[in-house]
Amino acid sequence: MARVELMDYEQALELFEPVIGLEVHVELNTETKMFSPAPNPANEKYHGAAPNTLVSPVCLGLPGSLPVVNGEAVEKSISLGLALGCSIAESSRFARKNYFYPDLAKNYQISQYDEPIAFDGEVEVELADGRTFQVPIERAHMEEDAGKLTHVGGATGRIQGAEYSLVDYNRAGVPLVEIVTRPIFGAEGDAPELAKAYVSTIRDIAISLGISEARMERGNLRCDANVSLRPRGAEKLGTRTETKNVNSFRSIERAVRYEIQRQAAILAKGGAITQETRHWHEDTGTTSPGRPKSDADDYRYFPEPDLVPVVPSPERVAELRAALPEPPAARRRRLKAEWSFTDLEFQDVVNGGLLNEVAATIAAGASPAAARKWWTGELTRLANASETDAASLASPEHVAELAALVEAGTLTDRLARQVLEGVVAGEGSPQQIVDARGLAVVSDDGALIAAIDEALAAQPDVLAKIRDGKVQAAGAVIGAVMKAMQGKADAARVRELVLERAAAAE
Amino acid sequence: MSHSDELIRLSAAELAGRLGRGEVSSVEATQAHLDRIAAVDGAVHAFLHVNAEGALRAAAEVDRARAAGESLGELAGVPIAIKDVLVTEGMPSTSGSKILEGWIPPYDATPVRKVREAGLVPLGKTNMDEFAMGSSTEHSAYGPTHNPWDLDRIPGGSGGGSAASVAAFEAPLALGSDTGGSIRQPAHVTGTVGVKPTYGAVSRYGSIALASSLDQIGPVTRTVLDAALLQDVIAGHDPHDSTSIAEPWPSMAEAVRRADVQGLRIGVVKELDTDGFQTGVRQRFHESLELLERNGAEIVEVEAPNFEHAIAAYYLILPAEASSNLAKFDSVRFGLRVTPQGGGTVEQVMAASREAGFGPEVKRRIILGTYALSAGYYDAYYGSAQKVRTLVQRDFDQAFAKVDVLATPTAPTTAFKLGEKLDDPLAMYLNDIATIPANLAGVPGISLPAGLAPEDGLPVGIQFLAPARQDARLYNVGGALERLLEAEWGGPLLAKAPDLSTHELTATEEGAL
Amino acid sequence: MPEISAEQVAHLANLARIALTEEEIAHLTTELGQIMQAVEQVNQVATPDVPPTSHPIPMQNVFRADVVTDDVLSPEQALSGAPERDGDRFVVSAILGEEQ
Repeated sequence: MARVELMDYEQALELFEPVIGLEVHVELNTETKMFSPAPNPANEKYHGAAPNTLVSPVCLGLPGSLPVVNGEAVEKSISLGLALGCSIAESSRFARKNYFYPDLAKNYQISQYDEPIAFDGEVEVELADGRTFQVPIERAHMEEDAGKLTHVGGATGRIQGAEYSLVDYNRAGVPLVEIVTRPIFGAEGDAPELAKAYVSTIRDIAISLGISEARMERGNLRCDANVSLRPRGAEKLGTRTETKNVNSFRSIERAVRYEIQRQAAILAKGGAITQETRHWHEDTGTTSPGRPKSDADDYRYFPEPDLVPVVPSPERVAELRAALPEPPAARRRRLKAEWSFTDLEFQDVVNGGLLNEVAATIAAGASPAAARKWWTGELTRLANASETDAASLASPEHVAELAALVEAGTLTDRLARQVLEGVVAGEGSPQQIVDARGLAVVSDDGALIAAIDEALAAQPDVLAKIRDGKVQAAGAVIGAVMKAMQGKADAARVRELVLERAAAAE
Repeated sequence: MSHSDELIRLSAAELAGRLGRGEVSSVEATQAHLDRIAAVDGAVHAFLHVNAEGALRAAAEVDRARAAGESLGELAGVPIAIKDVLVTEGMPSTSGSKILEGWIPPYDATPVRKVREAGLVPLGKTNMDEFAMGSSTEHSAYGPTHNPWDLDRIPGGSGGGSAASVAAFEAPLALGSDTGGSIRQPAHVTGTVGVKPTYGAVSRYGSIALASSLDQIGPVTRTVLDAALLQDVIAGHDPHDSTSIAEPWPSMAEAVRRADVQGLRIGVVKELDTDGFQTGVRQRFHESLELLERNGAEIVEVEAPNFEHAIAAYYLILPAEASSNLAKFDSVRFGLRVTPQGGGTVEQVMAASREAGFGPEVKRRIILGTYALSAGYYDAYYGSAQKVRTLVQRDFDQAFAKVDVLATPTAPTTAFKLGEKLDDPLAMYLNDIATIPANLAGVPGISLPAGLAPEDGLPVGIQFLAPARQDARLYNVGGALERLLEAEWGGPLLAKAPDLSTHELTATEEGAL
Repeated sequence: MPEISAEQVAHLANLARIALTEEEIAHLTTELGQIMQAVEQVNQVATPDVPPTSHPIPMQNVFRADVVTDDVLSPEQALSGAPERDGDRFVVSAILGEEQ
């Protein structure tokens, strides 16, 4: 492959204005699929099912089968549309998008074309430094997902060079909402971060609505990023590329940045951008060209004759609107004030994707400081070590219980970390682990004093130093006592007692 | 006449009566029909698949249930033939196409499930034009069906197999599907009864889709009462079909039993009463109307100016929907797979499989439909056709404001010779001129025998159309006319059909050559 | 209306994934031209004031409860018609294109 030239990012921005557009697919977590009564693998309950076990005749596109709309999926789509500030269509209908692909059972996708369920919205997106952008939403429409291909032979499961492919239709028909932004102007050098923050906001909204598991690593949330550049002062939009397969928050930011640099290098040399689909490669941090837009994109949309229009009742839409949770940006502002976090502390929580966990931990009785400390500290460390999400390691209730045990003096920080490891290992609640492992702090001064006296007797030189006023020498005794107590003692209390006993020893 | 020969000539209602009274067993009745199939289907070729074993097993089960005093449906124990467009568990379902040869579906179509639950006995699957595209059954990948009235002639299409099976006394009842006349036109040319119910009256779940907004499943029988009894079994709401009508239906059989045309206003569609129709077809049509008038009906001429555009709209909407519906035949999950020499990519395998698996008429319509939907042509073709659909509906609305039912000849000519129109698609398409408007508007239609054309001695049908959801009106007027005509003829029209045993030898000899 | 060319028919065949032979393309080009000529009349009556009809019987809001039913197939049923399978998955030959 020819070496791709990239322009320096700052220089690219001097010459060109980046314009981005984002398409986000959200898999809904309904019990069943969009048009079929088969279990939905995007619901936690059915995640990871064996191949072709979650299929009905509809999912396989068997001759004679017919789609029927999942009413719950429509309600969740409407809620999402409302949360995106969209208008809900008075009447909405489905259309067939015709193209052949082996993961598409019917060789057409049931989607929405001219009458989407939701349109004309706006989402407030906050950058890391607290500045906010209004991202304009063109539409949000309902559609079905395709099956999954596994490429066999050739290198690393890639499609190129594969000898054959295997098809699993479990994912075929999973309900999707596709959210399409209008072109986003004015983000300038922040465009890559805005793209990431936007997808993160969509995730927060989906989670707060409870409509999706919203896990990018599982493909519950997928993003295609459109990028174009126009020379400073120009009116006309440049030719855009659509980068697909951008499936982590980090790669969204990197992919947009990469496309800006790549396109700028081409344009600065007088070259032209090809309107095409590009693929993001996480490993190399680059995009590569896919298929150019062509006649093959003639999808021959027409109204789906097997389905009838969806006409949401204004009463039901009003009910769903009334039930909407607070918008993420507004919620963040409120929580930051309520918790009295500094900018840095709050960003730590938000960037770690732990806002909901911290909030739930506080709701379960922990202090804001303790909740933040455990989630962004020890749990994040454990998550990084095992390459998973902190949120998946422990429940807010357990973290709150742990904080309460520390607060009550039952556990020291060090003991609490041990207990937390037990929680993560699934040994039970913090209290159960404390009981089972006998990890509670020894708060019986008698036992401590006995241990201290013994340690002091064993180290007469240290005792002498303490009595000479060299208080820091007490550390050696404290260490010995803590060791003797197997760590189950409050170090501060031990220190107090050591000084007391040293003074008393004659 | 042997006992067995007598059994096969009974109407379904009569046979059901005898079964109910215990005068005959379902196994006997089923065996009689299987024997008949064995005797004449070599010549007629109505069936693509005969499931003798399964039929006898189902019949024995009904006999057992009856002996045990279990409550059974009115038609329990009566054999039925099923058009191959409907998927059937345990029986191959090909829709007349090579691309589905040997495919055994893992589920039953809803109408099939309903007939099984009502205790009817499926005999097998009937021949049809490939994917129901045609008016002659000549587009079947498995060879044409022959008209029992004249084996050199077409039995109509696409459901020629179902119509021929009842006309040849191979089954008292059959299921058909009607997208532009595929139930009614075969009824017309075979001297049988065929009904296309209101769109949505019978579930389409499990019917291999041709054109989703036009397809409707319906009864194919020898008498109007039998059609009504069968519609009562298969109609009704199905949650598997989003376009299925939710409201309950009145009994169609009741409408036949109480048939009375006194005061009934019948509209004759002026645009479909022209010299474009064969003389004998028009003659029998008008004689039927006069008979109804003499018995109290009022005959009124009505206009339907947009019907002349119906065929054009139909031949845009149907191919467009079909091009999409037939995309699923891609050699991945079911059906024929053809790999080009030396292997190929999945794209090439799909294209080669579809090239080998589809017949010329199917390819013609897929290409036509792909064109009608493609960018830049949608508005002019598919979009405009949808507007014509609105205009045809308005013609119906205006007509039904004046009359209770409409009457037309069912098709322009009697059965033509096999091969006669095979190379002229446009001429073939004109067969459906009188039947298509009902599909575009979703209204119900019936075709029943009106007599034999004097010039060729072949059957002629008369069609009645009613407003959507008023299927009972068709059974009323159809039941009344049938009674009046049979009184004039001194028996059913099919009594005049030739004895197939004389033809059987000829056909076999031809086959041997 | 534009005349239909053989190139157009070949393009349509590609969209419809049918490997038509040259002979079929030539034959269909002629036939399609004739058929389109015959059906073009829809343009004359389809004036802007006429709304299109996509469904013969107007209905709306037909929904299914979000409940798993016994329509779910076993893998054995699901794969029963497969031209080629590998365990519980369908096999297709190499894909020329790219990830969709």
